[in-house]
Amino acid sequence: MDKIADLNENYYKALTRRIVLIIVVVSIIPLVLISGTIRYFFQVSYQEKVSDHLTVLIKKHRQNIDTFLNEKLADIRALAESYTLDQLTDEAFLKDRLRILQDSYGRSFADLGVVNEQGIQIAYAGPFKLKEADYSHAQWFKKAMQGDTYISDVFPGLRGLPHFIVTATQEHKGKKWILRATVDFDSFNSLVENLRIGSTGFAFILNSKGEFQTKPHAEIIPSAEPYATFLGSTEKTGDDVFVVEQPKDSGDSMLYVMSRLKNGDWILAFQQSAQDAYSALYTARLIAMVIFLVGVLGIVVVAIVLSKRVVTRIIRADKEKEMLNERVIEAGKLASLGELAAGIAHEINNPVAVMVEEAGWIQDLLEEEDLKQCQNLDEFKQSLKQIRIQGVRCKEITHKLLSFARKTDPRPTDVQVNDLIEEVVALCQQRARYATVKIIMNLDPELPQVHVSPTEMQQVLMNLINNSMDAIDGRGGTVQVNTAQRDNHVVIEVTDDGPGIPEPYLQRIFDPFFTTKPVGKGTGLGLSICYGIVTKMGGKISVNSAVEVGTTFRIHIPLRN
Amino acid sequence: MDGLDTKVLLIDDEEAFVSALEKRLTTRNVKVLTAHTGEQGLEQLSTEPDVDVVLLDVKMPGMDGIATLREIKKSHPIVEVIMLTGHATVESAIDGMRLGAHDYLMKPCDVEELMAKIKDAKLKKQAHQERILDAAGKELLHRRGL
Repeated sequence: MDKIADLNENYYKALTRRIVLIIVVVSIIPLVLISGTIRYFFQVSYQEKVSDHLTVLIKKHRQNIDTFLNEKLADIRALAESYTLDQLTDEAFLKDRLRILQDSYGRSFADLGVVNEQGIQIAYAGPFKLKEADYSHAQWFKKAMQGDTYISDVFPGLRGLPHFIVTATQEHKGKKWILRATVDFDSFNSLVENLRIGSTGFAFILNSKGEFQTKPHAEIIPSAEPYATFLGSTEKTGDDVFVVEQPKDSGDSMLYVMSRLKNGDWILAFQQSAQDAYSALYTARLIAMVIFLVGVLGIVVVAIVLSKRVVTRIIRADKEKEMLNERVIEAGKLASLGELAAGIAHEINNPVAVMVEEAGWIQDLLEEEDLKQCQNLDEFKQSLKQIRIQGVRCKEITHKLLSFARKTDPRPTDVQVNDLIEEVVALCQQRARYATVKIIMNLDPELPQVHVSPTEMQQVLMNLINNSMDAIDGRGGTVQVNTAQRDNHVVIEVTDDGPGIPEPYLQRIFDPFFTTKPVGKGTGLGLSICYGIVTKMGGKISVNSAVEVGTTFRIHIPLRN
Repeated sequence: MDGLDTKVLLIDDEEAFVSALEKRLTTRNVKVLTAHTGEQGLEQLSTEPDVDVVLLDVKMPGMDGIATLREIKKSHPIVEVIMLTGHATVESAIDGMRLGAHDYLMKPCDVEELMAKIKDAKLKKQAHQERILDAAGKELLHRRGL
């Protein structure tokens, strides 16, 4: 029995696991697919947006810088074309021009100078002492002499401070001369330094040799990728902005945005840690992940709770089914017993009938005979009388048994409960006598009829009276059956003076399979069936008991109005 | 008690029962014919048409009591039938009454009660016979225009 119980327990545990698994899998798979899909597309879209945004930003700044440079160049050019060499070599005049420029543009123009064909600065206006400075070997001078205008790279020069020069070349009496202006590095640099995005995004300018044109950053290695490729590229012009993401050794990756400016001579570069650039994306992903995990946890918990409840219900249903099966089997047994009893009763009746007839015949003969001298005449008559009486008794027993074992018809009709009780008691009398039990009936003669199935009612009464006799068994005692009308109900009481039922058992007495009888003597179904039948009739069955005093079972059947 | 010249046919498969009851009825001046099957009983009826009452067992092998009763009522409608049943099924009693049996008794039966029912049945048969004769006579007179 334990093995079966264990098997059952394992079965239900496995069932619970299976249900949990199915719920979890079916719920989580779509969740995973949806979140994966959304995550992927969101990431791609977001990264594209960031890239587009940076592209636009770089373009804007490139434009700003180009404008700045072109502006400076335009001013110098205008000056060179508007005034003669003589005018410009007048230092007072030159200082004045510088002052005007500085008034208009702030500190952008650091100084002005005029340089002759030989590279000697023949006029200078500015904070340094650079008159007569020799620029003949300077790169910028050589380059400037080649064209009308020129913007140099940033270099320290004679002053030792980073700056760059814009020049405009003119001719006077067949000889070239250059009007030169120094552009203040700081104001130029701030244009680029202002480009700060997030916590790690910054910009800078490199020349084609990879030399910094703005304040250098120690962590930038222009000879390293991706700058090396970009710098090495022969594409000097074009409006394109290049965006590339490269993984770093530390595990993170960097976003690089590059564009050419100053006609391809310089590169405006921007770099930002991917972590920084996509911080909103990463935050969203983190939140989504948290929600996902909480969701999964929720699903698992609910699946477990739900499946446990479902399996509990299943267990209950299975138990009820088993009970019903037991009941059906019991009913089947009873039915076949009934058939057997009917067969036996009929078979017994025939020989009994013959016996009674023969006894009757002897009685008839005795009456005719002149047996006044017969000493045993009275004895003959007595014995014959007994045979008749016992024969009639047999007939009554089989009659009652047969009527009880008839196929039960559960249809309710109007019945007189007292009659049913008398029939059942008659059937039980034999057993009562052997068990030294006295059955007393106290039936209300005015008892109204009730609308119940007579066979079911008899089944209940039979069960209660048999139970009482089982309780008394051996000790001898009394079973009392009373009927009365009380509060619109017919009340039937079956009382015995047996050992009584202890309090803890009383609460479970109508439970199916609960029995106090030893194994094999009772299935524990009797009272639960009675309970079911009485409840079905619309009535109530209850029990009172006291140990060593006795037990009363009480049935209330409502009267039909 | 006097059988009043009554002729009874006893149909029952239980031979010992038939023999005992036959003896008891004979001492009470009842003329008893016996048969052990439905078919035998019907045969007896056809050769002895002045049978007053048939005592018929319900449960018999072959042609049972109810089938026999039907046949009797078809061929000999004025003969009264008393059903003897060994098991008290109300259904078979009602069936018998519906088919025209006069009464029923449960075995083993009290012989005096049986005698009373036989007498009753005989009187009923006589009354029935008189009514038929009366009706036949009237019909005859009517045909003759009287």
